[in-house]
Amino acid sequence: MIVLIRKIRLTPKGEIDIMVEAEIISPDSFAGKSEAELCELSVWQGPRQVPLGEFFEVEAWDEETTGDGDGTVDILIDGDASRIKRIGQRMTSGRIEILGSAGMHLGSEMAGGEILVRRDAGPWAGMNMSGGLLEVFGDVGDHAGSAYRGSWRGMSGGNILVRGNARSQVGGGMSGGEILVQGSVENFCGIRQSGGLIVVEGDAVRGVGAEMIGGSIAVLGEIHQFTPGFVAAGTERDPALGEGKVEGEFAKFLGDYAISKNPKGVLFVKEAVV
Amino acid sequence: MPTMVIKNGSVFDPLNGIDGEVIDVFIKDGKVAKDLSSADLARAEVIDARGKTVMPGGVDSHAHVAGAKVNAGRLMRPEDHIGSVRQRTGISHSGSGYTVPSVYKQGYDYSTMGYTTVFEAAMPPLEARHTHEEMRSTPMLDMGAYLVLGNNWFLMRYLHEGEIDKAAAYVAWMMKTHKAYGIKCVNPAGVENWGWGKNVHSLDEPNIHFEVTAREVIRGLAEVNERLGMPISLHLHANNLGHPGNAEITKESLAVTAGVSPYQKMGVEWAETRMDPHRAQSVYLAHAQFNAFGGTSWRDFESGAEVLAKYVNRADHVVIDNGAVPFGPATCMTGDGPSIHDLYVLAGIGGQKWSNTDVELECGSGVIPFTYLKGNPISAIQWAIGLEMLLLVDDPWKTIMTTDHPNGGVFTQYPQVIAWLMSRRARDATAAECHKWGYDRSTLGGVEREMSLFEIAILTRANTSRTIGMAHRKGHLGAGADGDVAIYNIDPERFNPDDYAEIVRAFGKADFTIKDGMIVARQGEVVAVPDGRRYYCEPKVDEGLTRDVMVDVKEWFKYYTIGFANYPVPDKYLRNPVPIVVNGPAEAQEGR
Repeated sequence: MIVLIRKIRLTPKGEIDIMVEAEIISPDSFAGKSEAELCELSVWQGPRQVPLGEFFEVEAWDEETTGDGDGTVDILIDGDASRIKRIGQRMTSGRIEILGSAGMHLGSEMAGGEILVRRDAGPWAGMNMSGGLLEVFGDVGDHAGSAYRGSWRGMSGGNILVRGNARSQVGGGMSGGEILVQGSVENFCGIRQSGGLIVVEGDAVRGVGAEMIGGSIAVLGEIHQFTPGFVAAGTERDPALGEGKVEGEFAKFLGDYAISKNPKGVLFVKEAVV
Repeated sequence: MPTMVIKNGSVFDPLNGIDGEVIDVFIKDGKVAKDLSSADLARAEVIDARGKTVMPGGVDSHAHVAGAKVNAGRLMRPEDHIGSVRQRTGISHSGSGYTVPSVYKQGYDYSTMGYTTVFEAAMPPLEARHTHEEMRSTPMLDMGAYLVLGNNWFLMRYLHEGEIDKAAAYVAWMMKTHKAYGIKCVNPAGVENWGWGKNVHSLDEPNIHFEVTAREVIRGLAEVNERLGMPISLHLHANNLGHPGNAEITKESLAVTAGVSPYQKMGVEWAETRMDPHRAQSVYLAHAQFNAFGGTSWRDFESGAEVLAKYVNRADHVVIDNGAVPFGPATCMTGDGPSIHDLYVLAGIGGQKWSNTDVELECGSGVIPFTYLKGNPISAIQWAIGLEMLLLVDDPWKTIMTTDHPNGGVFTQYPQVIAWLMSRRARDATAAECHKWGYDRSTLGGVEREMSLFEIAILTRANTSRTIGMAHRKGHLGAGADGDVAIYNIDPERFNPDDYAEIVRAFGKADFTIKDGMIVARQGEVVAVPDGRRYYCEPKVDEGLTRDVMVDVKEWFKYYTIGFANYPVPDKYLRNPVPIVVNGPAEAQEGR
């Protein structure tokens, strides 16, 4: 089937001083707009509202292709966006690809669609996400896939894939969905988790699964300081987690007993490491 | 000065016995006038309110809107702010917060609903400066604050020793010192025990060290209150709040002041009213919902509202506000520290954030986020109790509508509460979405009563003002009253209680909010941002007595963490202060 994809290319015009709040960069708000209209969309930079066209060259065209997804909006940021915040916030469909890095709150509260970042993403990537795919080739900052400050209702669905490292509080308050970090994480990965899956292929510093009451975490590398509220519950080979990404002999722990009398959180650690 | 005519509106002014009559309201120089001269008429701003409901500006007599615990609620809940943001306009500030809004947003939100006056429910003396700082920054509203005195060391000592005169002199000094408006009593004798990890659970249980009982504190403070002739009666947050079966102790607590005669001795000009504008109660019970629980545990928990309402129906010395639970997120905050701890334990999985504070020689405080869910059986019953407490009390002049903001719910949910009071269909619709205990374990399902606009005006302005002693200028449209008016898009001729969504809409955004004769909000938009007044009391007592009391105060002041000189609230903390002289020689003569 021949379908029409709306392609939009944003090419950064130069260095950005004060960070820009650009939740407007989303397939949902770009849909149905001409180049000129896209340039006029306004973003906040500090106390002033500025048209998007001040920061980006904007090109938009329709492209025929085969497949499904007629009318899909496909956004390419052709360069560095590390000082642009909230890209793809609340997006429900379509695609965003960023050739450089992305700023804070990338894809926060996203419900669908796909975001691909070729380099790094700032803190709060995929905060409170409920659906879709967020893939970062480089590293992400703190609070990836976490709940907003003060709340423990975090990511409820969708997938986050980090090919590099993540920092602290990955998946904080997570209740559903999956996070895969191919590198290492720092502190409190899966804090207050109540559902969903976090897989860390590298190491974790400490506090893994602190105060978790449900869901699963697997750490394939080393945990430097183990969380005290977890209790050993035997071993498992190739535990059925995610899509078969976790293979080998694992020690299984239940927790966190520090917060609940009957916690359902499961933490897998490579037997060889234990 | 603003001069205005509001023409052709259907006016609901209960203190003047006006029930929906189509009459014109005149305002001259910011005050309600009988009529206007032709010269005044020529320059007057004219609003045509044909087919609309005209009421005095709304008065909230119990809300937590300023001070340390309110700000603790803001600080501990960033998640309460992210989704609730107000953009600034040319004349108004930005703001944020749903259950605990920033001071600016709070002022604007109240004003756009037609409210012009709001009283802070609990000001700990040591936090009076903070409270006044927040009130000073709250735009558009006239305000005042009740001083928390039910577990005060000096008062507990005086009341236990029966030194009522000294207690009165101390209270008088405290009102002046902290620029406070009335006496608030929170969990009498119990909060002091909480300093030792304990509480009191009956009226006659002496507390630790002071050996004073809740009964002695309630009785003593009520006597002090009437001896001084304060505008508002004793405002009571009763013992055992939030515990199953507490309706009984609530009844007993109210009975304590039955023999105390209400007696206002205020040096003020009284605007004209057809009804007696003086309060008739010697106790004003706060958020009755939280103190009208039946059952003996959470398993057999049920509404105790019928028991309490029956008592209130028989008693002539009681006014209550309900503290409705309109469902959704709330932030519980109170001077009753132990009740917050109990809620923390009850809320289930540990690790929930909460806070508790001991306020030195004075009181305590606690804050905890809480969400009332329709599917939760306890929440559903609390929803029912909140409405029963207003619907089962026959005389509307004994009731006031609140949500105990932000404890039972948020003040911006008042329109929803009004809809439930006015429409049985609205109640049935909500009950159908609730856990079945809502109707099964209360009498609400059998209540036919639907309140009229006249009754709503009593519960939200007229009786509120009368109860707190502001009816000399607020809560009615008699000559000399403040020119505070709310105009709602409700045509009483076509009013249909079954269309409850319309009630919510109409009370959510006043068509006009008028303060001191000036339009301040129009259809939800803030159009002018005046500074409000700050009311407080200056009770007069014998100077020799005050000197004696000061000796006691200074003796124990060593237990405070601050120096005596830093204790009072300086005058500069108040913008537009309005001191009310109480118990002055002239006032004592004039008292009823």
